Order: sequence, then structure tokens, then C-alpha cells
Amino acid sequence: MKNKLRSALKSNAFQSIVASLLCIIVGLIIGFIVLLIIKPDGAWKGITDLLKNFFNRPNGRLTLKYLGNTLVKTAPLIMCSLSILFCYKVGLFNIGAAGQYCVGVGISLYAALAWGLPWWLCMLLALVAGALMGAIVGVLKAYCNVNEVISGIMFNWISLYAVNMLLSTVKESTSPYTIDISRKSVRSMLPSLGMDKLFSDNRYVTIAIPLAIIIAVAVYIILDKTRFGYELKATGFNKNAAKYAGMAEKRNIIVTIAIGGALAALGAAMFYLTGYEQWHCSLSSVPAMGFNGIAAAFLGGLNPIGCLLSSFFIQHITEGGAYVDKMTYSSEISDLISSIIIYLCGFVLFIKFMMNKRIARSEEKRAASGHVEPLPGTDTAVIVEENGKGGDE
Amino acid sequence: MLLLLQYTLLYSSVLILVALGGCFSEHSGVINLGLEGTMVIGALGGALTMHFMPNLPAPAMIIMVILISMLAGLVYSLLLAVASVNFKADQTIVGTAMNMLAVAAATVIVKAINIAANPDKPSATLTYIAQKKAFIVNIGSFEFNWFMLVTVIALAAAYVLLYKTKFGLRLMACGEHPQAAASVGISVYKMRYSGVMISGLLGGLGGIVYITSGVSEWKFEYGVAGFGFLALAVMIFGQWKPQRIALSALLFGLFRALSNVYDGIGFLKSLNIPSSIYNMLPYIISLVVLALTSKKSRAPKAEGIPYDKGMR
Repeated sequence: MKNKLRSALKSNAFQSIVASLLCIIVGLIIGFIVLLIIKPDGAWKGITDLLKNFFNRPNGRLTLKYLGNTLVKTAPLIMCSLSILFCYKVGLFNIGAAGQYCVGVGISLYAALAWGLPWWLCMLLALVAGALMGAIVGVLKAYCNVNEVISGIMFNWISLYAVNMLLSTVKESTSPYTIDISRKSVRSMLPSLGMDKLFSDNRYVTIAIPLAIIIAVAVYIILDKTRFGYELKATGFNKNAAKYAGMAEKRNIIVTIAIGGALAALGAAMFYLTGYEQWHCSLSSVPAMGFNGIAAAFLGGLNPIGCLLSSFFIQHITEGGAYVDKMTYSSEISDLISSIIIYLCGFVLFIKFMMNKRIARSEEKRAASGHVEPLPGTDTAVIVEENGKGGDE
Repeated sequence: MLLLLQYTLLYSSVLILVALGGCFSEHSGVINLGLEGTMVIGALGGALTMHFMPNLPAPAMIIMVILISMLAGLVYSLLLAVASVNFKADQTIVGTAMNMLAVAAATVIVKAINIAANPDKPSATLTYIAQKKAFIVNIGSFEFNWFMLVTVIALAAAYVLLYKTKFGLRLMACGEHPQAAASVGISVYKMRYSGVMISGLLGGLGGIVYITSGVSEWKFEYGVAGFGFLALAVMIFGQWKPQRIALSALLFGLFRALSNVYDGIGFLKSLNIPSSIYNMLPYIISLVVLALTSKKSRAPKAEGIPYDKGMR
């Protein structure tokens, strides 16, 4: 039993989960300290309200409804984090996901409001637009050696202004927001297929969530179980070695960022086609969803299934920020906590290294004092001699 | 036209200061993507100085603001330094996290201050209309800003420091081949810390120059509107050399200034180009320029790679 525990401690997945939990707890503690500094009395209530989110609501029915709201916003976050994850596994930091998200919003809303296309066509157009944008970043990286972080940031701002210009043509006449989809073009809205009944008739809950989960599983399969995914990862590890082995490394880079762009844009379509929010046509900064996707991707240990959980958690505390006492604190405290968590995620490698060091040291001690030891990675027992002979350690 | 020159010089100053900061950091081997966040924190420090000490005489005001924003930027950049040098963290993630953290922290702090002063109006804005006048000297109808002088001094100092002193040459060695530098007895950790701290200094200074250029109040929810990344593009286009950084900063500053002043210029106004295009122009130009010049781009060889004493 103890041996099983020890081999579990050495497994990568377990260490990733422990590291992520550690990041979350430290991030929450620092957020609590900030609340304490601002005003000590309300700090405990503040942080618990933030964590409880929809449980703050007075009855079960409302709780379910607001859980539904959180889920509606989790779907695009899952897609954005998958976009970042996919590109990071190939060694590219797709910080342009925020701009690709914008482009997805622009194309899907325009297709819905100006042309009245059915929802699946809007989503398809958004996907193609995002893929195109990603492909341009990829071409710049592969052929012109432009760092994808810088070009991604440039495109974030270019797409923000371009989308503002485009959607100004379909906005309400008296307000800077785009026309409400439910009034203009009902067939562009995502179908709910009964999901809304599950969440107390919350009309915004649609097939977006199950779709996001299916896509997460698909990304996992592509990356880990197909030859295509293997080629992409190999290109990420060492471009020249991959080229030497015969892989088309330029094509791989372009395809990777294109897929990342498609995922982010699809996430945008999944959110805005539910009619939950309307786009503000003079938005002056890129929507945070793309950047929260970075947090969710790293918190999830760069694993698609982990991303599902971490996206929900990040969205949970982001929504929870709205419940803190606005008279004394501001809702940005949840952004603060999220960014501290992702800062700490940079230390995950170090945390794992420390954990492995302690495990190795305790194993050495046990080997030196001489008793029954499992072979590393298995459950078979080996008797280790007093003087240390009889093993490969 | 004079207004265009004024705004160009102001925006170029910001870009030069921040790009020089990035230059120092990358020459020492640490990619500093958190420059945007450092600008926000430096701007916050300077704005808070002006908010809490509104009645200083002009020279004292200038000196205090500069010192405190530099100090704020320096302390914030320690986050990057500790993570990337001691803990060997991934520098791109840490930089991105610092950007998000700075905007969130600045908003929380400013809102807390505003709420404490007046509980009915929570806003993330700080105003400094009167204090800003300390920075400006009117030469005829041209508003000369003291920060422009500071930028020229910083540019000259950076050039001398990097290329003409022992410290600068050793710093650059740590970014090209840290193991070789270590073999001669240079402490790579100390050099990288210095590089990142200098970039924090300059980034903080750039931040305060940005928010006092042309406006008298700043809404901290917006961060610095992507200027930090524009400065990184300037640095790459300038090939990590102070002289070329100055020239590329002038180019980008010109386009950024155009979006502010285009309806004052006769023939541009008659072209009737929508304002969004002017907003996009600096970024499009950066992309085109980067696409054309990055092929032969020679970044410091060991930048972004955590220093490992054991490797060759």
C-alpha cells in the first residue's frame, strides 16, 4: 500500500495536480491578504463570497440558474485554453488567441445580424476566419522569422479595431452595443436541445458546453494518439531535427497556429451566438477571455482534461468577483487572484523538481539503511542488501 | 504640424525608454515580456505621487515623480528577476502574468483609494490636471516636456553604459554565452538581476511619461493600451542597438501621433479615413516592418534560456 502511494507520488499527473492546487491555494491566500489590507473587517466574507459564487443565491433554483450562467461563460474559456495549449505543446506561445477570439466574434455576429445565416454556418465562418488569422501569424513565423508573441499582440489590436469598425454597421442606433440576436435572427442562435431545462430554464445554456467538452477530448486524441499530433510535437521540440527526419516543419507551424486560431474563434462564436452578451462597438481593449485562456491552460497542467476543470475554476472565481461588497472592494480582485495564480504556474517546474528531489532523497535513505524496496515504476519487491549492493540505484 | 511634432516626440520618448529597458534585459539574457505591466506600475507610482503630494514646487515634483516611478518599476521587475533567474521559470509565462497582474493590481489599488475618498463613486481613474503643468515648459507655441530631455539623457547613458564600460560588455556576454562568461569569473546571476532591474527602472519611467503625455487623467483599467508591446517591436526592429532603437521609435511614434492629430492636418482630414484605421496604423506598420526585417534578426543568443551552470 505504501509502495503504491510512493509510486503515485512520482507520477507526473499527480504532481501536476498537486502543483496546480498549490498555485490555487497560494493565489487565494494572497488575494485574501490584499482584501485584508484594503479593509480588514469584510475580508473573510469577501473571499468566501468570491469562492461561493452562485451558492450565494437564496434558493436552489436560482443557484442552478447562475451555475448555468457560469457554464455559458466557461465554454469559450475552455476553447481559448485549448487554443493556447495546442500551440504551446508545439512550442509556440499563441498570445494572439485574444485577437482570434475578436475575429470570431466579429465574423459570427456579422453573419448572424447582417446576413441572418443559421447558427452552424456562422460558427463555420468564424472557424475559417480564426484559422486564416492564425495561418497569417504562422506564415510570418515560418517564413519571415517574426516572433509569434509580437505578431500575435499586433494582430490583437488590429483585429479589435477592425471588428469594432465591422460591427458598427450592425449596432443599435441609440447605444454602442450590437443588436440583440434574439430579436433579429433567431435561427442564428445556438440550439439548446433541452439543456436549458436542466438549469432552471436558463435560456442561455446551449449545446456549447457539451461541444466544448467533445472538442477537448478530440484535441487530446489528436495530440497524443495520432501521427499528425506526434509530428507537431516533434516540430515543437526541435525544428531542425524534425526537418531532418522529413517532417515539413514550416507547414506544421502554420497548421498549428491555424488550428489554435480556429479553436479560439469557435469559442467566441459559442459565446456570442447564445445572445448572452452584446458586443460593445467602441471597446478600447481586447476582451480578457483570450488572456484568461492562458491562465486556464497552465493551471490545467497543459492537459486538455485538466483544462476543462481549470477553466471552470477560473470562470467560477471571475464570476464570484461580482459578489464581493462593491462599497469597499472592487470586482477586479478576482482578476488579481487569477493573475497571481498564473504567475505561480510559472514555478510549477520548480515545484515538481523540489518534489522529485525529496522523493529521491528519502528513497536513497531507505536504500542505504537496507530493506525491502519496490523497483521504481513497478510493484515487485526487491530485497536490498545492508551495504547497498543488489540494485541499480 | 507643431502639434504633430510634439506628440511624435512624446510618444517616441515613451517607446525609446521602454525599448531601452527591454534592450538591457534581453542583452543580459532574460526576455522581458512584462514591460507593459512594469509601465502600468511605474505609471501608478507616479500618479499616486502626484495625487498625494499635489502642492510641491515644480522641480521637486518632477524629481519625486521620476524617482518614485523608477523605484516602483524596479521593485515590480524583481518579480521577473526572481522567477527567471532563481527559479528558472518560463520567461514568457511570467511576463504575461506580470502584465495581467499589474493591470488588476493597479485597478484594485486605485479603486480602493477612490472609494475611501468618496464611497459613492468607485472609479479607476486618477486625475492630475494641476500637477501635470510642472512638467511642461512653453517655448513659443511648442510645449516642451521635461521628459523629452530625460529621454535624450537616458539614450546617451545607455549607449555609453552598454558599449563603453566593463559592466555593459559583461552584461552583453551573459546574454550571448553565459557559460563562457561564468568561466571568466562573471557572476551571471548578478548580471541578469542588474539587466532586469535596469529594464524595470526604464519601464517604470516610460509608464509615467505615457500617462502624462497629452492627457490629464488616466483610467487604470486600460493598462497602457499595448504600448509596452509596441516598444518590444521597436526594440526588435532596432536590433537591440540604442542608436537604431531611437530611429525606429521616431517612426512608430509618428504613426501613433497621427491617430491623435489627424483632423488638425488639412489634407489628411479631407481623405475621410475612419479613425479606427488610424488606430490600427502603428500596429500594421510594425507588422510590415517586422516581416521585412526579421529574417536577419540577430537576437542575443542565449536569451530566454534559463541559465544552467552545468550545461556547456
